[in-house]
Amino acid sequence: MKVKSQIQDTVFQGSLAVLSWSVVAMALLIVAILTKFSWPAIKEFGWRFLVRSDWDAVNGQFGILPVIYGSIVSSLLALLIAVPLSLGIALFLSELGPLWIRSPLNMLIELLAAIPSVIYGLWGIFVLAPYLRSVVEPALKRYLGFLPFFQGPAYGVGMLAAGIILSIMIIPTISSICREVFLTVPTSQKEAALGVGATRWEMIKLAILPSSLSGIVGAVLLGLGRAIGETMAVTMVIGNRPDISLSLFNPSYTMASLLANEFSEATTEIHTAALVEAGLVLLCITLLLNIAARVLVWSVAGKASRQA
Amino acid sequence: MSPVFRQTVSKVMIVATFLCVAVTLLPLFSILAYVISKGIGSINLDFFTRLPQPVGEPGGGMANAITGTLLLVGLACLWALPVGIFGGVYLAEFGRGKACSAIRFTADVLTGVPSIVVGIVAYSLFVLPMKGFSAISGSMALGLMLIPPVLRTTEEIVKTVPTTLREAGLALGISRYRTTLSIVMKTAMSGILTGTLLAIARVAGETAPLLFTAFGNRVWNHSLTEPIAALPLQIFAYAISPYEDWHRQAWAGALVLIAIVFTLTLLSRFFTKSRTVRADY
Repeated sequence: MKVKSQIQDTVFQGSLAVLSWSVVAMALLIVAILTKFSWPAIKEFGWRFLVRSDWDAVNGQFGILPVIYGSIVSSLLALLIAVPLSLGIALFLSELGPLWIRSPLNMLIELLAAIPSVIYGLWGIFVLAPYLRSVVEPALKRYLGFLPFFQGPAYGVGMLAAGIILSIMIIPTISSICREVFLTVPTSQKEAALGVGATRWEMIKLAILPSSLSGIVGAVLLGLGRAIGETMAVTMVIGNRPDISLSLFNPSYTMASLLANEFSEATTEIHTAALVEAGLVLLCITLLLNIAARVLVWSVAGKASRQA
Repeated sequence: MSPVFRQTVSKVMIVATFLCVAVTLLPLFSILAYVISKGIGSINLDFFTRLPQPVGEPGGGMANAITGTLLLVGLACLWALPVGIFGGVYLAEFGRGKACSAIRFTADVLTGVPSIVVGIVAYSLFVLPMKGFSAISGSMALGLMLIPPVLRTTEEIVKTVPTTLREAGLALGISRYRTTLSIVMKTAMSGILTGTLLAIARVAGETAPLLFTAFGNRVWNHSLTEPIAALPLQIFAYAISPYEDWHRQAWAGALVLIAIVFTLTLLSRFFTKSRTVRADY
Protein backbone atom coordinates (compact mmCIF):
# COMPACT_ATOMS: atom_id res chain seq x y z
CA MET A 1 0.00 0.00 0.00
CA LYS A 2 2.76 2.39 1.00
CA VAL A 3 4.82 1.41 -2.01
CA LYS A 4 1.89 1.85 -4.33
CA SER A 5 1.24 5.38 -3.19
CA GLN A 6 4.92 6.20 -3.46
CA ILE A 7 4.93 5.02 -7.06
CA GLN A 8 1.80 7.07 -7.73
CA ASP A 9 3.47 10.12 -6.24
CA THR A 10 6.58 9.67 -8.33
CA VAL A 11 4.61 9.17 -11.53
CA PHE A 12 2.42 12.18 -10.72
CA GLN A 13 5.32 14.46 -9.95
CA GLY A 14 7.23 13.22 -12.98
CA SER A 15 4.41 13.86 -15.40
CA LEU A 16 3.80 17.34 -13.99
CA ALA A 17 7.50 18.06 -14.40
CA VAL A 18 7.32 17.02 -18.06
CA LEU A 19 4.41 19.41 -18.68
CA SER A 20 6.24 22.21 -16.94
CA TRP A 21 9.47 21.66 -18.83
CA SER A 22 7.59 21.61 -22.10
CA VAL A 23 7.53 25.41 -21.85
CA VAL A 24 11.29 25.47 -22.17
CA ALA A 25 11.04 22.98 -25.03
CA MET A 26 8.53 25.32 -26.70
CA ALA A 27 10.91 28.24 -26.48
CA LEU A 28 13.78 26.23 -27.97
CA LEU A 29 11.46 24.92 -30.66
CA ILE A 30 10.43 28.43 -31.65
CA VAL A 31 14.02 29.55 -32.07
CA ALA A 32 15.01 26.34 -33.87
CA ILE A 33 12.09 26.45 -36.32
CA LEU A 34 12.65 30.08 -37.23
CA THR A 35 16.37 29.52 -37.73
CA LYS A 36 15.79 26.44 -39.87
CA PHE A 37 13.24 28.05 -42.17
CA SER A 38 15.15 31.32 -42.53
CA TRP A 39 18.45 29.54 -43.23
CA PRO A 40 18.32 30.01 -47.04
CA ALA A 41 17.97 33.76 -46.57
CA ILE A 42 20.62 33.96 -43.85
CA LYS A 43 23.04 32.05 -46.11
CA GLU A 44 22.19 34.15 -49.16
CA PHE A 45 22.23 37.67 -47.70
CA GLY A 46 24.17 37.49 -44.44
CA TRP A 47 24.37 40.76 -42.54
CA ARG A 48 23.40 42.76 -45.63
CA PHE A 49 19.83 41.64 -44.92
CA LEU A 50 19.68 44.00 -41.96
CA VAL A 51 21.17 47.09 -43.58
CA ARG A 52 19.77 47.04 -47.12
CA SER A 53 16.60 48.84 -48.10
CA ASP A 54 15.45 46.96 -51.20
CA TRP A 55 12.55 44.56 -50.77
CA ASP A 56 12.02 43.11 -54.22
CA ALA A 57 10.27 39.77 -54.32
CA VAL A 58 10.40 39.57 -58.14
CA ASN A 59 14.18 39.79 -58.32
CA GLY A 60 14.76 37.92 -55.08
CA GLN A 61 16.48 40.83 -53.35
CA PHE A 62 15.61 41.37 -49.72
CA GLY A 63 16.75 43.89 -47.12
CA ILE A 64 14.72 44.97 -44.13
CA LEU A 65 16.28 48.26 -43.04
CA PRO A 66 13.16 50.39 -43.73
CA VAL A 67 11.02 47.87 -41.91
CA ILE A 68 13.30 47.82 -38.87
CA TYR A 69 13.29 51.63 -39.00
CA GLY A 70 9.48 51.65 -39.09
CA SER A 71 9.22 49.21 -36.17
CA ILE A 72 11.65 51.13 -34.00
CA VAL A 73 10.44 54.64 -34.76
CA SER A 74 6.75 53.79 -34.36
CA SER A 75 7.52 52.09 -31.04
CA LEU A 76 9.68 54.95 -29.76
CA LEU A 77 6.95 57.38 -30.73
CA ALA A 78 4.52 55.23 -28.76
CA LEU A 79 6.82 55.32 -25.73
CA LEU A 80 7.15 59.09 -26.01
CA ILE A 81 3.39 59.37 -25.57
CA ALA A 82 2.79 56.41 -23.28
CA VAL A 83 5.53 56.76 -20.66
CA PRO A 84 4.55 60.16 -19.17
CA LEU A 85 0.86 59.23 -19.26
CA SER A 86 1.52 55.82 -17.67
CA LEU A 87 3.61 57.32 -14.87
CA GLY A 88 0.85 59.83 -14.18
CA ILE A 89 -1.76 57.08 -14.16
CA ALA A 90 0.33 54.86 -11.89
CA LEU A 91 0.93 57.70 -9.41
CA PHE A 92 -2.72 58.69 -9.40
CA LEU A 93 -3.90 55.12 -8.88
CA SER A 94 -1.33 54.24 -6.22
CA GLU A 95 -0.70 57.47 -4.28
CA LEU A 96 -2.59 60.58 -5.22
CA GLY A 97 -6.15 59.77 -6.22
CA PRO A 98 -9.02 59.60 -3.74
CA LEU A 99 -9.25 56.03 -2.48
CA TRP A 100 -12.81 55.40 -3.62
CA ILE A 101 -12.04 56.24 -7.24
CA ARG A 102 -8.82 54.24 -7.60
CA SER A 103 -10.14 50.77 -8.17
CA PRO A 104 -12.91 51.62 -10.66
CA LEU A 105 -10.48 53.74 -12.69
CA ASN A 106 -7.91 50.97 -12.51
CA MET A 107 -10.49 48.55 -13.89
CA LEU A 108 -11.25 50.87 -16.79
CA ILE A 109 -7.56 51.25 -17.64
CA GLU A 110 -7.22 47.47 -17.60
CA LEU A 111 -10.17 47.17 -19.96
CA LEU A 112 -8.00 48.96 -22.52
CA ALA A 113 -5.69 45.94 -22.38
CA ALA A 114 -8.59 43.59 -23.05
CA ILE A 115 -9.67 45.21 -26.32
CA PRO A 116 -8.49 43.01 -29.21
CA SER A 117 -5.85 44.48 -31.48
CA VAL A 118 -8.02 44.15 -34.58
CA ILE A 119 -10.64 46.40 -32.97
CA TYR A 120 -8.01 49.05 -32.27
CA GLY A 121 -7.19 48.78 -35.96
CA LEU A 122 -10.83 49.15 -37.00
CA TRP A 123 -11.15 52.24 -34.80
CA GLY A 124 -7.84 53.48 -36.18
CA ILE A 125 -8.98 53.24 -39.80
CA PHE A 126 -12.41 54.79 -39.39
CA VAL A 127 -12.05 57.20 -36.46
CA LEU A 128 -8.47 58.06 -35.63
CA ALA A 129 -6.99 58.34 -39.13
CA PRO A 130 -9.72 60.62 -40.53
CA TYR A 131 -9.43 62.80 -37.41
CA LEU A 132 -5.67 63.04 -37.81
CA ARG A 133 -6.03 63.81 -41.51
CA SER A 134 -8.59 66.57 -41.13
CA VAL A 135 -7.74 68.13 -37.77
CA VAL A 136 -4.50 67.16 -36.06
CA GLU A 137 -2.06 66.92 -38.95
CA PRO A 138 -3.06 70.22 -40.62
CA ALA A 139 -2.73 71.93 -37.22
CA LEU A 140 0.69 70.38 -36.56
CA LYS A 141 1.77 71.43 -40.02
CA ARG A 142 0.63 75.00 -39.54
CA TYR A 143 2.32 75.56 -36.18
CA LEU A 144 5.22 73.11 -36.18
CA GLY A 145 5.68 72.61 -39.92
CA PHE A 146 9.23 74.01 -39.77
CA LEU A 147 10.27 70.76 -38.09
CA PRO A 148 11.07 67.86 -40.43
CA PHE A 149 8.66 65.62 -38.49
CA PHE A 150 5.56 67.50 -39.52
CA GLN A 151 6.01 68.02 -43.24
CA GLY A 152 4.42 66.54 -46.35
CA PRO A 153 0.85 65.70 -47.19
CA ALA A 154 -1.48 64.61 -44.40
CA TYR A 155 -2.73 61.11 -45.20
CA GLY A 156 -4.07 60.25 -41.77
CA VAL A 157 -2.67 56.73 -41.97
CA GLY A 158 1.05 56.65 -41.32
CA MET A 159 3.69 56.74 -38.64
CA LEU A 160 1.80 59.17 -36.38
CA ALA A 161 -1.38 57.09 -36.38
CA ALA A 162 0.61 53.93 -35.63
CA GLY A 163 2.47 55.62 -32.77
CA ILE A 164 -0.74 56.88 -31.20
CA ILE A 165 -2.54 53.53 -31.44
CA LEU A 166 0.50 51.70 -30.06
CA SER A 167 0.73 54.11 -27.14
CA ILE A 168 -2.88 53.42 -26.18
CA MET A 169 -2.22 49.70 -26.37
CA ILE A 170 0.89 49.72 -24.16
CA ILE A 171 -0.26 52.22 -21.52
CA PRO A 172 -2.09 49.52 -19.47
CA THR A 173 1.05 47.36 -19.40
CA ILE A 174 3.42 50.14 -18.35
CA SER A 175 1.04 51.79 -15.90
CA SER A 176 0.06 48.60 -14.10
CA ILE A 177 3.67 47.49 -13.60
CA CYS A 178 4.68 50.98 -12.43
CA ARG A 179 1.73 51.01 -10.06
CA GLU A 180 2.83 47.72 -8.53
CA VAL A 181 6.39 48.94 -8.27
CA PHE A 182 5.25 52.11 -6.50
CA LEU A 183 3.19 50.05 -4.08
CA THR A 184 6.31 48.11 -3.04
CA VAL A 185 7.91 51.29 -1.69
CA PRO A 186 7.80 50.90 2.11
CA THR A 187 5.29 53.16 3.86
CA SER A 188 7.93 54.18 6.41
CA GLN A 189 9.99 55.71 3.61
CA LYS A 190 7.03 57.80 2.46
CA GLU A 191 6.14 58.81 6.01
CA ALA A 192 9.73 59.88 6.59
CA ALA A 193 9.55 62.24 3.62
CA LEU A 194 6.21 63.66 4.72
CA GLY A 195 7.53 63.91 8.26
CA VAL A 196 10.34 66.28 7.32
CA GLY A 197 7.76 68.55 5.72
CA ALA A 198 7.67 67.44 2.08
CA THR A 199 4.48 68.07 0.12
CA ARG A 200 2.86 65.02 -1.46
CA TRP A 201 4.53 65.72 -4.78
CA GLU A 202 7.92 66.18 -3.11
CA MET A 203 7.35 62.93 -1.27
CA ILE A 204 6.91 61.23 -4.65
CA LYS A 205 10.10 62.80 -5.99
CA LEU A 206 12.09 62.00 -2.83
CA ALA A 207 10.78 58.66 -1.67
CA ILE A 208 9.01 56.89 -4.51
CA LEU A 209 10.57 57.65 -7.88
CA PRO A 210 14.27 57.09 -7.01
CA SER A 211 13.74 53.67 -5.46
CA SER A 212 11.38 52.63 -8.26
CA LEU A 213 13.70 53.57 -11.08
CA SER A 214 14.76 50.08 -12.16
CA GLY A 215 11.16 48.90 -12.05
CA ILE A 216 10.06 51.82 -14.20
CA VAL A 217 12.78 51.11 -16.75
CA GLY A 218 11.72 47.46 -16.77
CA ALA A 219 8.10 48.44 -17.37
CA VAL A 220 9.13 50.73 -20.23
CA LEU A 221 11.21 48.00 -21.86
CA LEU A 222 8.30 45.59 -21.57
CA GLY A 223 6.06 48.18 -23.21
CA LEU A 224 8.62 48.67 -25.96
CA GLY A 225 8.71 44.92 -26.59
CA ARG A 226 4.91 44.88 -26.80
CA ALA A 227 4.89 47.80 -29.22
CA ILE A 228 7.51 46.34 -31.56
CA GLY A 229 5.69 43.02 -31.81
CA GLU A 230 2.19 44.44 -32.15
CA THR A 231 0.75 43.48 -35.51
CA MET A 232 -2.85 43.99 -36.49
CA ALA A 233 -3.62 47.51 -35.33
CA VAL A 234 -0.35 48.76 -36.79
CA THR A 235 -0.87 46.96 -40.09
CA MET A 236 -4.25 48.63 -40.42
CA VAL A 237 -3.10 52.22 -39.80
CA ILE A 238 0.58 52.56 -40.73
CA GLY A 239 0.07 52.64 -44.49
CA ASN A 240 2.38 49.72 -45.31
CA ARG A 241 5.03 51.42 -47.44
CA PRO A 242 8.70 50.64 -46.78
CA ASP A 243 10.03 54.21 -46.75
CA ILE A 244 12.54 55.81 -44.45
CA SER A 245 11.34 59.33 -43.86
CA LEU A 246 11.62 61.77 -40.99
CA SER A 247 8.06 62.95 -41.46
CA LEU A 248 5.60 61.34 -39.08
CA PHE A 249 2.81 61.93 -41.60
CA ASN A 250 4.36 59.49 -44.05
CA PRO A 251 3.22 55.90 -44.42
CA SER A 252 5.68 53.39 -43.06
CA TYR A 253 6.00 49.64 -42.51
CA THR A 254 6.96 47.45 -39.56
CA MET A 255 8.42 43.95 -39.36
CA ALA A 256 5.18 42.64 -37.91
CA SER A 257 2.98 44.24 -40.57
CA LEU A 258 5.31 43.06 -43.34
CA LEU A 259 4.78 39.51 -42.10
CA ALA A 260 1.03 39.97 -41.77
CA ASN A 261 0.74 41.26 -45.34
CA GLU A 262 3.13 39.06 -47.25
CA PHE A 263 3.63 35.76 -45.48
CA SER A 264 0.71 33.82 -46.90
CA GLU A 265 1.37 35.20 -50.39
CA ALA A 266 5.07 34.40 -50.63
CA THR A 267 5.67 32.00 -53.51
CA THR A 268 9.42 31.51 -53.85
CA GLU A 269 11.49 29.74 -51.25
CA ILE A 270 13.82 32.70 -50.80
CA HIS A 271 10.88 35.09 -50.29
CA THR A 272 9.45 32.89 -47.53
CA ALA A 273 12.89 32.47 -45.99
CA ALA A 274 13.43 36.24 -46.00
CA LEU A 275 10.08 36.74 -44.28
CA VAL A 276 10.86 34.10 -41.67
CA GLU A 277 14.20 35.81 -41.11
CA ALA A 278 12.36 39.07 -40.50
CA GLY A 279 10.32 37.13 -37.93
CA LEU A 280 13.53 35.83 -36.38
CA VAL A 281 14.93 39.37 -36.12
CA LEU A 282 11.65 40.48 -34.54
CA LEU A 283 11.81 37.58 -32.08
CA CYS A 284 15.41 38.37 -31.11
CA ILE A 285 14.63 42.03 -30.48
CA THR A 286 11.56 41.28 -28.36
CA LEU A 287 13.35 38.49 -26.45
CA LEU A 288 16.24 40.80 -25.54
CA LEU A 289 13.86 43.54 -24.43
CA ASN A 290 11.81 41.07 -22.42
CA ILE A 291 14.79 39.50 -20.70
CA ALA A 292 16.18 42.90 -19.73
CA ALA A 293 12.76 44.02 -18.51
CA ARG A 294 12.14 40.90 -16.42
CA VAL A 295 15.53 41.15 -14.76
CA LEU A 296 14.83 44.76 -13.77
CA VAL A 297 11.27 44.14 -12.59
CA TRP A 298 12.32 41.00 -10.73
CA SER A 299 15.06 42.87 -8.92
CA VAL A 300 12.47 45.32 -7.57
CA ALA A 301 9.99 42.58 -6.68
CA GLY A 302 12.78 40.58 -5.03
CA LYS A 303 13.79 43.56 -2.93
CA ALA A 304 10.19 44.00 -1.81
CA SER A 305 9.76 40.37 -0.82
CA ARG A 306 12.99 40.44 1.21
CA GLN A 307 11.76 43.46 3.09
CA ALA A 308 8.35 41.96 3.77
CA MET B 1 10.65 78.51 -2.11
CA SER B 2 7.62 79.52 -0.13
CA PRO B 3 5.44 76.77 1.32
CA VAL B 4 2.47 78.15 -0.56
CA PHE B 5 4.31 77.74 -3.85
CA ARG B 6 5.34 74.20 -2.98
CA GLN B 7 1.80 73.28 -1.99
CA THR B 8 0.51 74.73 -5.24
CA VAL B 9 3.01 72.71 -7.26
CA SER B 10 1.90 69.61 -5.41
CA LYS B 11 -1.78 70.30 -6.12
CA VAL B 12 -1.08 71.03 -9.78
CA MET B 13 0.78 67.73 -10.13
CA ILE B 14 -2.09 65.82 -8.53
CA VAL B 15 -4.46 67.35 -11.05
CA ALA B 16 -1.98 66.55 -13.83
CA THR B 17 -1.86 62.88 -12.88
CA PHE B 18 -5.64 62.80 -12.89
CA LEU B 19 -5.61 64.31 -16.37
CA CYS B 20 -3.31 61.47 -17.48
CA VAL B 21 -6.02 59.02 -16.43
CA ALA B 22 -8.74 61.05 -18.11
CA VAL B 23 -6.86 61.45 -21.42
CA THR B 24 -6.13 57.73 -21.53
CA LEU B 25 -9.75 56.82 -20.96
CA LEU B 26 -10.91 58.97 -23.91
CA PRO B 27 -9.94 56.37 -26.54
CA LEU B 28 -11.60 53.65 -24.45
CA PHE B 29 -14.89 55.53 -24.44
CA SER B 30 -14.49 56.50 -28.08
CA ILE B 31 -13.89 52.89 -29.13
CA LEU B 32 -16.81 51.59 -27.08
CA ALA B 33 -19.12 54.33 -28.36
CA TYR B 34 -18.22 53.69 -32.01
CA VAL B 35 -18.35 49.91 -31.75
CA ILE B 36 -21.77 50.04 -30.12
CA SER B 37 -23.33 52.80 -32.22
CA LYS B 38 -22.01 51.56 -35.56
CA GLY B 39 -22.33 47.86 -34.80
CA ILE B 40 -25.71 47.64 -33.15
CA GLY B 41 -27.64 48.41 -36.35
CA SER B 42 -26.30 45.33 -38.13
CA ILE B 43 -26.85 42.97 -35.22
CA ASN B 44 -29.87 40.82 -35.93
CA LEU B 45 -30.75 37.18 -36.14
CA ASP B 46 -29.22 36.92 -39.63
CA PHE B 47 -25.90 38.07 -38.29
CA PHE B 48 -25.70 35.06 -36.01
CA THR B 49 -27.25 32.47 -38.29
CA ARG B 50 -26.20 33.23 -41.87
CA LEU B 51 -23.03 33.03 -43.91
CA PRO B 52 -21.30 36.10 -45.36
CA GLN B 53 -22.83 37.33 -48.61
CA PRO B 54 -20.84 38.06 -51.77
CA VAL B 55 -20.02 41.70 -52.48
CA GLY B 56 -23.04 43.77 -53.45
CA GLU B 57 -25.62 41.56 -51.85
CA PRO B 58 -26.75 43.12 -48.60
CA GLY B 59 -27.47 41.10 -45.50
CA GLY B 60 -25.72 37.95 -44.53
CA GLY B 61 -23.96 37.29 -41.29
CA MET B 62 -20.94 35.94 -39.58
CA ALA B 63 -22.29 32.66 -38.23
CA ASN B 64 -19.31 30.71 -39.55
CA ALA B 65 -16.83 33.17 -38.06
CA ILE B 66 -18.47 33.13 -34.64
CA THR B 67 -18.59 29.35 -34.47
CA GLY B 68 -15.09 29.25 -35.96
CA THR B 69 -13.68 31.39 -33.19
CA LEU B 70 -15.42 29.28 -30.55
CA LEU B 71 -14.10 26.10 -32.15
CA LEU B 72 -10.54 27.39 -32.48
CA VAL B 73 -10.45 28.65 -28.90
CA GLY B 74 -12.08 25.45 -27.62
CA LEU B 75 -9.56 23.23 -29.39
CA ALA B 76 -6.69 25.37 -28.14
CA CYS B 77 -7.97 25.07 -24.56
CA LEU B 78 -8.32 21.33 -24.95
CA TRP B 79 -4.60 20.78 -25.35
CA ALA B 80 -3.05 23.89 -23.86
CA LEU B 81 -4.92 24.24 -20.56
CA PRO B 82 -3.78 20.88 -19.12
CA VAL B 83 -0.19 21.76 -19.97
CA GLY B 84 -0.46 25.25 -18.53
CA ILE B 85 -2.43 24.39 -15.39
CA PHE B 86 -0.54 21.24 -14.38
CA GLY B 87 2.77 22.82 -15.34
CA GLY B 88 1.92 25.73 -13.05
CA VAL B 89 0.92 23.37 -10.23
CA TYR B 90 4.30 21.66 -10.61
CA LEU B 91 6.17 24.94 -10.29
CA ALA B 92 4.23 25.95 -7.21
CA GLU B 93 4.31 22.59 -5.44
CA PHE B 94 7.62 21.07 -6.42
CA GLY B 95 9.43 23.85 -8.24
CA ARG B 96 12.47 24.56 -6.14
CA GLY B 97 15.93 25.49 -7.27
CA LYS B 98 17.58 27.19 -10.20
CA ALA B 99 16.24 24.86 -12.88
CA CYS B 100 12.67 25.73 -12.02
CA SER B 101 13.46 29.43 -12.01
CA ALA B 102 14.55 28.84 -15.58
CA ILE B 103 11.08 27.50 -16.43
CA ARG B 104 9.49 30.52 -14.77
CA PHE B 105 11.75 32.89 -16.62
CA THR B 106 11.15 31.17 -19.96
CA ALA B 107 7.40 31.34 -19.46
CA ASP B 108 7.58 35.04 -18.64
CA VAL B 109 9.70 35.75 -21.66
CA LEU B 110 7.47 33.63 -23.93
CA THR B 111 4.51 35.79 -22.92
CA GLY B 112 6.27 38.60 -24.74
CA VAL B 113 6.80 36.73 -28.03
CA PRO B 114 4.87 38.62 -30.72
CA SER B 115 1.78 36.72 -31.81
CA ILE B 116 2.74 37.02 -35.46
CA VAL B 117 5.94 35.07 -34.71
CA VAL B 118 3.86 32.36 -33.06
CA GLY B 119 1.87 32.31 -36.31
CA ILE B 120 5.01 31.68 -38.38
CA VAL B 121 6.07 28.87 -36.06
CA ALA B 122 2.64 27.22 -36.26
CA TYR B 123 2.73 27.63 -40.06
CA SER B 124 6.10 25.90 -40.30
CA LEU B 125 5.17 23.17 -37.82
CA PHE B 126 1.64 22.34 -38.93
CA VAL B 127 0.54 24.04 -42.14
CA LEU B 128 3.56 22.93 -44.19
CA PRO B 129 3.48 19.23 -43.19
CA MET B 130 -0.32 19.10 -43.45
CA LYS B 131 -0.12 20.85 -46.81
CA GLY B 132 -2.87 23.35 -46.10
CA PHE B 133 -4.36 25.91 -43.76
CA SER B 134 -6.52 24.28 -41.12
CA ALA B 135 -8.45 24.62 -37.91
CA ILE B 136 -5.90 22.36 -36.24
CA SER B 137 -2.94 24.61 -37.02
CA GLY B 138 -4.92 27.68 -35.95
CA SER B 139 -5.76 26.14 -32.60
CA MET B 140 -2.14 25.04 -32.18
CA ALA B 141 -1.02 28.64 -32.60
CA LEU B 142 -3.59 29.89 -30.09
CA GLY B 143 -2.64 27.11 -27.67
CA LEU B 144 1.03 28.08 -27.81
CA MET B 145 -0.04 31.56 -26.74
CA LEU B 146 -2.25 30.25 -23.93
CA ILE B 147 0.30 28.13 -22.11
CA PRO B 148 2.77 30.68 -20.67
CA PRO B 149 0.25 33.04 -19.00
CA VAL B 150 -1.91 30.17 -17.71
CA LEU B 151 1.15 28.46 -16.27
CA ARG B 152 2.39 31.55 -14.47
CA THR B 153 -0.96 32.66 -13.04
CA THR B 154 -1.73 29.11 -11.90
CA GLU B 155 1.59 29.00 -10.11
CA GLU B 156 0.96 32.31 -8.35
CA ILE B 157 -2.49 31.19 -7.22
CA VAL B 158 -1.45 27.75 -6.03
CA LYS B 159 1.34 29.34 -4.00
CA THR B 160 -1.26 31.28 -2.02
CA VAL B 161 -2.85 28.06 -0.76
CA PRO B 162 -1.83 27.81 2.92
CA THR B 163 0.79 25.18 3.74
CA THR B 164 -1.32 24.00 6.67
CA LEU B 165 -3.88 22.58 4.22
CA ARG B 166 -1.20 20.42 2.58
CA GLU B 167 0.10 19.33 5.97
CA ALA B 168 -3.41 18.43 7.07
CA GLY B 169 -3.82 16.22 4.02
CA LEU B 170 -0.46 14.53 4.44
CA ALA B 171 -1.05 14.06 8.17
CA LEU B 172 -4.23 12.14 7.41
CA GLY B 173 -2.10 9.74 5.41
CA ILE B 174 -3.30 10.89 2.00
CA SER B 175 -0.67 10.56 -0.66
CA ARG B 176 1.04 13.61 -2.06
CA TYR B 177 -0.71 13.40 -5.41
CA ARG B 178 -4.17 13.07 -3.86
CA THR B 179 -3.39 16.03 -1.59
CA THR B 180 -2.31 18.11 -4.56
CA LEU B 181 -5.29 17.19 -6.71
CA SER B 182 -8.11 17.11 -4.17
CA ILE B 183 -7.02 19.67 -1.60
CA VAL B 184 -4.57 22.15 -3.08
CA MET B 185 -6.01 22.40 -6.58
CA LYS B 186 -9.57 22.40 -5.33
CA THR B 187 -8.81 25.29 -3.00
CA ALA B 188 -7.07 27.19 -5.77
CA MET B 189 -9.73 26.42 -8.40
CA SER B 190 -11.46 29.78 -8.47
CA GLY B 191 -8.15 31.57 -8.88
CA ILE B 192 -6.97 29.19 -11.58
CA LEU B 193 -10.26 29.75 -13.39
CA THR B 194 -9.73 33.50 -13.23
CA GLY B 195 -6.27 33.37 -14.74
CA THR B 196 -7.42 30.92 -17.38
CA LEU B 197 -10.43 32.99 -18.40
CA LEU B 198 -8.30 36.11 -18.77
CA ALA B 199 -5.83 34.23 -20.95
CA ILE B 200 -8.68 32.82 -23.06
CA ALA B 201 -10.18 36.28 -23.46
CA ARG B 202 -6.85 37.42 -24.77
CA VAL B 203 -6.37 34.74 -27.40
CA ALA B 204 -10.02 34.90 -28.50
CA GLY B 205 -9.28 38.31 -30.00
CA GLU B 206 -6.00 37.30 -31.63
CA THR B 207 -5.82 37.80 -35.36
CA ALA B 208 -2.18 37.75 -36.38
CA PRO B 209 -1.39 34.09 -35.65
CA LEU B 210 -4.54 33.02 -37.51
CA LEU B 211 -3.69 34.88 -40.73
CA PHE B 212 -1.61 32.00 -42.03
CA THR B 213 -2.80 29.08 -39.94
CA ALA B 214 -6.60 29.14 -39.88
CA PHE B 215 -6.59 31.51 -42.87
CA GLY B 216 -10.33 32.19 -42.89
CA ASN B 217 -13.13 30.73 -44.91
CA ARG B 218 -16.33 32.15 -46.31
CA VAL B 219 -18.39 28.99 -45.93
CA TRP B 220 -19.08 26.46 -43.22
CA ASN B 221 -16.19 24.38 -42.09
CA HIS B 222 -16.65 20.62 -42.50
CA SER B 223 -13.42 19.25 -41.15
CA LEU B 224 -10.61 20.28 -38.87
CA THR B 225 -8.15 20.03 -41.73
CA GLU B 226 -9.81 22.79 -43.75
CA PRO B 227 -9.28 26.53 -43.49
CA ILE B 228 -11.68 27.96 -40.94
CA ALA B 229 -13.23 31.37 -40.40
CA ALA B 230 -12.65 33.35 -37.21
CA LEU B 231 -14.30 36.51 -35.98
CA PRO B 232 -11.12 38.64 -35.75
CA LEU B 233 -10.01 37.51 -39.22
CA GLN B 234 -13.39 38.42 -40.68
CA ILE B 235 -13.32 41.85 -39.01
CA PHE B 236 -9.86 42.46 -40.45
CA ALA B 237 -10.85 41.38 -43.95
CA TYR B 238 -14.00 43.50 -43.89
CA ALA B 239 -12.31 46.54 -42.37
CA ILE B 240 -9.67 46.80 -45.10
CA SER B 241 -12.18 46.13 -47.88
CA PRO B 242 -13.52 49.08 -49.89
CA TYR B 243 -17.21 48.23 -49.40
CA GLU B 244 -19.51 50.28 -47.19
CA ASP B 245 -21.68 47.29 -46.39
CA TRP B 246 -18.71 45.22 -45.25
CA HIS B 247 -17.53 48.07 -43.02
CA ARG B 248 -20.91 47.92 -41.27
CA GLN B 249 -20.49 44.19 -40.81
CA ALA B 250 -16.98 44.74 -39.45
CA TRP B 251 -18.35 47.04 -36.73
CA ALA B 252 -21.03 44.49 -35.90
CA GLY B 253 -18.38 41.77 -35.70
CA ALA B 254 -16.31 44.02 -33.45
CA LEU B 255 -19.30 44.49 -31.17
CA VAL B 256 -19.79 40.73 -30.85
CA LEU B 257 -16.06 40.13 -30.32
CA ILE B 258 -15.78 42.84 -27.69
CA ALA B 259 -18.87 41.43 -25.97
CA ILE B 260 -17.26 37.98 -25.85
CA VAL B 261 -13.93 39.30 -24.57
CA PHE B 262 -15.44 41.61 -21.95
CA THR B 263 -17.81 38.89 -20.75
CA LEU B 264 -14.88 36.55 -20.18
CA THR B 265 -12.96 39.33 -18.41
CA LEU B 266 -15.88 40.24 -16.17
CA LEU B 267 -16.62 36.58 -15.52
CA SER B 268 -13.07 36.18 -14.29
CA ARG B 269 -13.59 39.03 -11.82
CA PHE B 270 -16.64 37.22 -10.52
CA PHE B 271 -14.49 34.28 -9.41
CA THR B 272 -12.02 36.30 -7.41
CA LYS B 273 -13.14 39.29 -5.46
CA SER B 274 -10.07 40.62 -3.75
CA ARG B 275 -7.07 39.08 -5.45
CA THR B 276 -5.86 40.70 -8.61
CA VAL B 277 -4.91 38.17 -11.22
CA ARG B 278 -3.63 39.17 -14.60
CA ALA B 279 -2.92 37.13 -17.63
CA ASP B 280 -0.96 39.76 -19.49
CA TYR B 281 2.67 40.86 -19.18
